[in-house]
Amino acid sequence: MGPRVPGSAEVREVPPSCCTCIVPAGAQCHPPCCPPAPQNLSDSMATYLEFIQQNEERDGVRFSWNVWPSSRLEATRMVVPLACLLTPLKERPDLPPVQYEPVLCSRPTCKAVLNPLCQVDYRAKLWACNFCFQRNQFPPAYAGISEVNQPAELMPQFSTIDYIVQRGPQTPLIFLYVVDTCLEEEDLQALKESLQMSLSLLHPDALVGLITFGRMVQVHELSCEGISKSYVFRGTKDLTAKQIQDMLGLTRPAVPVQQGRPLQPQEQPVISSRFLQPIHKIDMNLTDLLGELQRDPWPVTQGKRPLRSTGVALSIAVGLLEGTFPNTGARIMLFTGGPPTQGPGMVVGDELKTPIRSWHDIEKDNARFMKKATKHYETLANRTAANGHCIDIYACALDQTGLLEMKCCTNLTGGHMVMGDSFNTSLFKQTFQRVFSKDFNGEFRMAFGASLDVKTSRELKIGGAIGPCISLNAKGPCVSENELGIGGTCQWKICSLDPNTTLAIYFEVVNQHNAPIPQGGRGAVQFVTQYQHSSTQKRIRVTTIARNWADAQNQLQHIEAAFDQEAAAVLMARLGVYRAETEEGPDVLRWLDRQLIRLCQKFGQYNKDDPNSFRLSDSFSLYPQFMFHLRRSPFLQVFNNSPDESSYYRHHFARQDLTQSLIMIQPILYSYSFYGPPEPVLLDSSSILADRILLMDTFFQIVIYLGETIAQWQKAGYQDMPEYENFKHLLQAPLDDAQEILQTRFPMPRYINTEHGGSQARFLLSKVNPSQTHNNLYAWGQESGSPILTDDVSLQVFMDHLKKLAVSSAA
Amino acid sequence: MSVNQQAHAGPPYGQPQPAYQRYQQPGYGGQQMPGVPHSQYGVYNGPVPGHQQPAPPQGYFPSLGLPSKGSPVSLNSDTSSLAPNFIGPLRTPPTSGAPPPTSGAPLPVGQPAYNQFGQGDVQNGIPASAVQMQRPSVSQPFIPGSTPTSISQLSSFQQYGPSPTSAQQLTNHMARMTIGSVPTSAAPPAGLGYGPSTSVSPASGSFTATGSGLYTPYSSSQGPPPASMTHGLPPTSLSQGVPLAQPAFSGLPLSMQRLPSQGPGYAPPPSSTGIGPSNYPSTTGAPRPSTMQSPPLSGQALAGLPASQPNHLSSPPPPQQAMSGPHPGPPMTGLQGPPPPPTHPSQPGYQIQQNGSFGQVRGSQPNYGGAYPGTPNYGSQPGPPPPPKRLDPDSIPSPQLSELPPQQKPRHRIDPDAIPSPIQVIEDDRNNRGSEPFVTGVRGQVPPLVTTNFLVKDQGNTSPRYIRCTSYNIPCTSDMAKQSQVPLAAVIKPLATLPTEETPPYLVDHGESGPIRCNRCKAYMCPFMQFIEGGRRFQCCFCSCVTEVPPHYFQHLDHTGKRVDFYDRPELSLGSYEFLATVDYCKNNKFPNPPAFIFMIDVSYNAVKSGLVRLICEELKSLLDYLPRGGNLEESAIRVGFVTYNKVLHFYNVKSSLAQPQMMVVSDVADMFVPLLDGFLVNVNESRTVIASLLDQIPEMFADTRETETVFAPVIQAGLDALKAAECAGKLFIFHTSLPIAEAPGKLKNRDDKKLINTDKEKTLFQPQTNFYNNLAKDCVAQGCCVDLFLFPNQYLDVATLGVVTYQTGGSIYKYTYFQLETDQERFLNDLRRDVQKEVGFDAVMRVRTSTGIRATDFFGAFYMSNTTDVELAGLDCDKTITVEFKHDDKLSEDSGALLQCALLYTSSAGQRRLRIHNLSLNCCTQLADLYRNCETDTLINYLAKYAYRGVLNNPVKTVRDALINQCAQILACYRKNCASPSSAGQLILPECMKLLPVYLNCVLKSDVLQPGPEVSTDDRAYIRQLVTSMDVAETNVFFYPRLLPLTKVDVDSDALPAAIRNSEERLSKGDMYLLENGLNIFVWVGVNVQQGLIQNLFGVSSFSQISNTMSTLPILENPFSKKVRSIMDMLQAQRSRYMKLIIVKQEDKFEMLFKHFLVEDKSMSGGASYVDFLCHMHKEIRQLLS
Repeated sequence: MGPRVPGSAEVREVPPSCCTCIVPAGAQCHPPCCPPAPQNLSDSMATYLEFIQQNEERDGVRFSWNVWPSSRLEATRMVVPLACLLTPLKERPDLPPVQYEPVLCSRPTCKAVLNPLCQVDYRAKLWACNFCFQRNQFPPAYAGISEVNQPAELMPQFSTIDYIVQRGPQTPLIFLYVVDTCLEEEDLQALKESLQMSLSLLHPDALVGLITFGRMVQVHELSCEGISKSYVFRGTKDLTAKQIQDMLGLTRPAVPVQQGRPLQPQEQPVISSRFLQPIHKIDMNLTDLLGELQRDPWPVTQGKRPLRSTGVALSIAVGLLEGTFPNTGARIMLFTGGPPTQGPGMVVGDELKTPIRSWHDIEKDNARFMKKATKHYETLANRTAANGHCIDIYACALDQTGLLEMKCCTNLTGGHMVMGDSFNTSLFKQTFQRVFSKDFNGEFRMAFGASLDVKTSRELKIGGAIGPCISLNAKGPCVSENELGIGGTCQWKICSLDPNTTLAIYFEVVNQHNAPIPQGGRGAVQFVTQYQHSSTQKRIRVTTIARNWADAQNQLQHIEAAFDQEAAAVLMARLGVYRAETEEGPDVLRWLDRQLIRLCQKFGQYNKDDPNSFRLSDSFSLYPQFMFHLRRSPFLQVFNNSPDESSYYRHHFARQDLTQSLIMIQPILYSYSFYGPPEPVLLDSSSILADRILLMDTFFQIVIYLGETIAQWQKAGYQDMPEYENFKHLLQAPLDDAQEILQTRFPMPRYINTEHGGSQARFLLSKVNPSQTHNNLYAWGQESGSPILTDDVSLQVFMDHLKKLAVSSAA
Repeated sequence: MSVNQQAHAGPPYGQPQPAYQRYQQPGYGGQQMPGVPHSQYGVYNGPVPGHQQPAPPQGYFPSLGLPSKGSPVSLNSDTSSLAPNFIGPLRTPPTSGAPPPTSGAPLPVGQPAYNQFGQGDVQNGIPASAVQMQRPSVSQPFIPGSTPTSISQLSSFQQYGPSPTSAQQLTNHMARMTIGSVPTSAAPPAGLGYGPSTSVSPASGSFTATGSGLYTPYSSSQGPPPASMTHGLPPTSLSQGVPLAQPAFSGLPLSMQRLPSQGPGYAPPPSSTGIGPSNYPSTTGAPRPSTMQSPPLSGQALAGLPASQPNHLSSPPPPQQAMSGPHPGPPMTGLQGPPPPPTHPSQPGYQIQQNGSFGQVRGSQPNYGGAYPGTPNYGSQPGPPPPPKRLDPDSIPSPQLSELPPQQKPRHRIDPDAIPSPIQVIEDDRNNRGSEPFVTGVRGQVPPLVTTNFLVKDQGNTSPRYIRCTSYNIPCTSDMAKQSQVPLAAVIKPLATLPTEETPPYLVDHGESGPIRCNRCKAYMCPFMQFIEGGRRFQCCFCSCVTEVPPHYFQHLDHTGKRVDFYDRPELSLGSYEFLATVDYCKNNKFPNPPAFIFMIDVSYNAVKSGLVRLICEELKSLLDYLPRGGNLEESAIRVGFVTYNKVLHFYNVKSSLAQPQMMVVSDVADMFVPLLDGFLVNVNESRTVIASLLDQIPEMFADTRETETVFAPVIQAGLDALKAAECAGKLFIFHTSLPIAEAPGKLKNRDDKKLINTDKEKTLFQPQTNFYNNLAKDCVAQGCCVDLFLFPNQYLDVATLGVVTYQTGGSIYKYTYFQLETDQERFLNDLRRDVQKEVGFDAVMRVRTSTGIRATDFFGAFYMSNTTDVELAGLDCDKTITVEFKHDDKLSEDSGALLQCALLYTSSAGQRRLRIHNLSLNCCTQLADLYRNCETDTLINYLAKYAYRGVLNNPVKTVRDALINQCAQILACYRKNCASPSSAGQLILPECMKLLPVYLNCVLKSDVLQPGPEVSTDDRAYIRQLVTSMDVAETNVFFYPRLLPLTKVDVDSDALPAAIRNSEERLSKGDMYLLENGLNIFVWVGVNVQQGLIQNLFGVSSFSQISNTMSTLPILENPFSKKVRSIMDMLQAQRSRYMKLIIVKQEDKFEMLFKHFLVEDKSMSGGASYVDFLCHMHKEIRQLLS
């Protein structure tokens, strides 16, 4: 952004009278795009909650701070960075897309999209960019605009708006199945059925392809009559993209130069069509092909794992798409039933006596294949992302399958990662089915090849993003040098996203201390997401938001009140998890602790060195508890988790929206009893009572736990007696509620039905706050819950320490 | 001798027959092997015991003796001394000789064997003969011997022969005997032999009746002629000088010899063989006359006959036959015999004869005429045969005067008819030995020529179908061997196909411990092992080590020291048999899986466009039902797999459970692998429908292909890997069209450069351009993966490189240049069928063990060797031959002879691991003459060709050619110096057994590999080079000296082939049609003046000009002539391992050049010498060596 020319026709910021919407004077700001000036603090709480919710619903954005400290120094002192959770494709059934191109700021370094915050001169047909203050002519098509005849993008309710643009040829969606054949017969059968089923869910024009692998990798040609054809690759040899394309015959043969005739545009599809065919053409073929799919025929001797060439299979899938349909929406769907055991990307040798790496091995630097494999998959992931394709991994096996090494494939491309025990489980089957779920318009809930462009007011810079994206390395004036997450850019590519996909974006306030609050008192951020809609349309979603600046020195209470502790918890958690990928676990925990303590020091009310005096305002009160559970969560604790599980959990944590993320951090516990309607209860061992039924949702698991008495009743069969119908209803209630959750959750959670003393009860016991353990005997034998046999600290202990440290002057 | 013989004869004669009968029966009944069919086994045993020794020796000896005796030489001059030597070596002849003298019978003896059936019956119709017929040849000969006495003698000989372990001694005796008798006997035999053939009779007739009449024409001194005849025969030596001396006759140097021989012969014959001569007339007189052919012929015959007769005489013994065979060639004899005569009266006679013969030959019955004449000669020859060499000397003197001149002028003057004629030799051998079974019981027998049809009775030595040697008498010391320069080599065809009349080798199972072997040298139990200490131990016949007999194998010995179960056990009584191998003989100590066949089809643009792909697929559909079954299995155990390829490979899954075949493309040619395990190699019956569907689809799938590039090495690699994965051996059938230029390992570039020809770099054209294929071949051999290559090139595709793997894995290459569906389909399909159906052994290792004293030092053929002793063959089929050269590393003894044992360990097509053992015992000699008398020129040529063809890999072609000429000259010079009687240096004297060496050698020198014409492509040369390396003796024989048959003279009512004629343009008549075959091609040459009727009958067109030369088969016309010609062609095709391409050549047409290339006695376009020229050259070389 060039320096503003003083004296040039300055855009007059709207006086800060009303809400800060840059709406022509007099116009009412319907959904308030910024919070009302708080009358008092208690009110403000309620107001802010409402404001936050409205904003989230409208724009899919939640900021950690909703009033921004106006200087870099103050912002740093806030501990929790200024950041937001952005759900770029948040479903907006009420938002009709507009069918034209967005109007862009003409400054080459800005190119912000015309939005409701821009000041418009209707007479001169000029608009001023609210980011760079460039004055722009409206394009000719806008000749007819006036104050009463505004285009949608100028209306406040369209702070988020979808454009449908017609650019280039539309290519149908592409689904490339990459199927492991080293499965048990039963598993393979189930998988085949799922795959066949999925064909019926696809749009008839969608292109599908099939690659199977075991010891070898087979790329199936789908359009053959009378003979089924496939290209086979050795599973041990890494091939470059060019080699793969050569071998598949994808490189255009040096077509004899046809004099004067330009290449037929149709030629490319013709070439690629051998492996990727529209479903309506080869439905039968493919169904038969899948039906005839056999287990990998190569013998597996006793004490060996089957040789599984996942690395090469993926490489070929990537190469195939790369050569045929770069930059169009495509999903590579990898179905694997075990770890890669040979070739590039192998995770474990084929000797069964050598177990697959554990966290312990990794810490001891004893995982000999890990680095190399990871590198292989990272390379693949980056290539895939560069082409705008995505990779899904559906891994179903009792043992690990190498998700740790392969996670980048999904994480960098926005693909799904699903982990199950077997393909023959409803967990997999329904999850897979849900991939093809449709929205209210009957379109898949998936979008492809998105690029997210973030523009900020000049007081803000972009620190980075955390989520299923990769950097596009677009350096710009609004890019901060201090990276948080994937930084150094103001553009990211999200190869695949669905309406829930949520990115955390971190900002940095760069306004100098002592500098005045910026003109207009508000900062603005614009998110421009260009993507391929599942209908194959190209769309652009533009979300522009603004927040008030506040001087932290004298308006701290405003800032404090505008703190979104839920968003902050998730944003901090993402940072923590992001760090945990590369740093030692304890370091991350220490860092989290320090941040928490500093936050408490900053915003707690206490007397020095008096822990008992410590108080937190309402807007912070839940935050320490989130942190407590976060510390215990599988995202940061690897104990008792396999590396694959950790990767799996982290994968989902890094892409789910705020609500789901919170559930992951602190599972929800409902209690069912005869004493009243179901009620949420504390995630605490004290909630485990004999006469209650508990329903816990950890996102990954749904646990229904029958208290001791209830379990006895159930065993006695009371529920079958007419006179105890109410008991039957009681038993049924959590089941129904669980079903409701199961219906919508992706991936499908593990559904656990257990009871007091049951082995599966561990899922519950490991999550609740161990307020009663064998260590704190005072609770022993009381009827207020059941003790957990653990050495973990309880929330109470945690809080005690926190208070002590927060008030300590030494800290 | 005679006395003894007679004495013996009496009893033997009478008794022999019964004895035989007895043997047979008892042998059969008593000692039959379990499991072995009585009849067969019995038969073997029967003959073996009784016949073995007696019979063979007789047969041989007589024959040998005869020639030697026959040769006037012995009679004439040096005879006495020489004769003994020669004769002795000659073998039985003495024996036979003896008898003959007594009663001309001896003569019959030699021939009788052959004649017996035919002649015997015809002439004498002796019942005895008929009976004996079945007996070993020996007995038969007697029978035929028209005169009973003779018969008896023969028989006696036989007996003697066998009994005397020391052949030499006997032979010596015999020799004497023979000397006298031989000549005489020779004649009769000839008569007999011919008798059947009709020609014989004439000969005899000439001798006896027309002694003067017939002979006269030949040479005024006919009496001599016969002598000369004989002379001519044995020596077959040509003297250039002679020709000069006697221009008329001298035309042929050979004639020189004759003359002298005759001269002397006459004189001597009477003296030495006084009896002989007398006998001749008398004995043969009667029989022959009857058969006498046209007088003119006879004239020739006489001239030729002398030679031929001797041959005939000699012919009885196989080796000699060979020798004599050639001799019979009238020319030979003519030369030798006649020339001398010319000086005398004979010359004119000769001329006449020759002319007559020519005229006749060409005109009316060219071949027959020639051939027959030979026979008549026999009568006369008998006398001369042995002496031939001497004859030369004699003749020389006379010619001497003109010697020098002859050389200068000679070429023109040398009468082509006077030089040794292959046709005559072949014809004579066929007549003399074709009718009698060849019984292998006796050590060192020279078998009949490869061109002769004969049955073999295995009595302890392997059949010549399996092993042929360059010499059946090996010098005792390496000095001798070096002196003679005669290579000692054996041409081994371990899995040769036997005629249906002969029993395939028996399978012996020695139980879990495996075959009994010598502890030290590991030789396998064989008939020559000596059991000692009451049978508890045996002494190895190769290394003399004594080994314990395992208890389960113990058997008592009878009073002669033979095991009681001698006849029950093939390994004790037969020359060839098989052992069942135990698991110790298997790779990884696991019994092998049945082998697999993988068909790998090039589907690049060229292959598809030419219709080849469709053709192959169609053919495979039916062909797959005829996979080799390995004996008596109901269905073949062989599994099949399919691959197609161009720049990438396509594998097919044809598992029986599939609804449709699956194609799997492997594009990673740089790192080939087999993409599937199950379903690639399948049982044909189980997967029939899927395979059929696949074969239907392949042509469709690639119908629109535009891919022109191919890979090659990865294809082999793929096949190899597939076999590895399936853990079996097998064979790849690769159908390939072009130079593999696609980016892949083993990629080749076009390096064809005709400019290299005749430079030092020419050898690179025969070398592979990359080492890659050698390594690949090594891997293939390790897995037992044999590669057969069918090439369909439209341009250079570097056979030298592509063939490396095929060559080293024991596979075959078939090449169809400019393949066109219409013209080449038949040939290709026939080749394919035969190649797929033929029996083949896999994963084989061959080892040749020898008596201490010689050692197998060099090996030629299509195989791989990782050490110096084991020949490793991924595959070995029934057509593949391995030539092994032996060198002395110590002395051999005459007593114990030299033994060869060829052991081949292989996996049968049924997947059974077996050991095939061939044993052969050879004589050893201290006299060079014995060596020269027991040589086989055809085998020698086989060796020399292979040696030379390997030489071109490392040496300039010219060097190789010179070396060949030099070696040949040395061989002949050594003979001249050590074995022939002193004579003028101007005389060319050839050993009887080697008289064809010059002509054949010239053919080798002129072959495309060693002297390419401009039209011969580099690929063709490489192809032929590899082809020849695996050829057996019969194949090299016809390949280098093609068979030329006059079609117009064909007798439509008989089964017989028309007699062949010599490969020279001047023998073609404009009014005739000829058929020429060389094992690769059949030419039908049509003269411009051929009767229209014949053209109509054969080609179905009305005139010469309408004959199309693109015809690939003769039209099927319903007339006797067409039927006959086609049946001849079918017969020829059946004899060859490859289907020969038919090329119609019209006289004075452009294709005639191609045809003329095969007229090997003529000067070739590429500068090859004519036969006559070469002979002169050779003579010069020899003279240089001698001086």
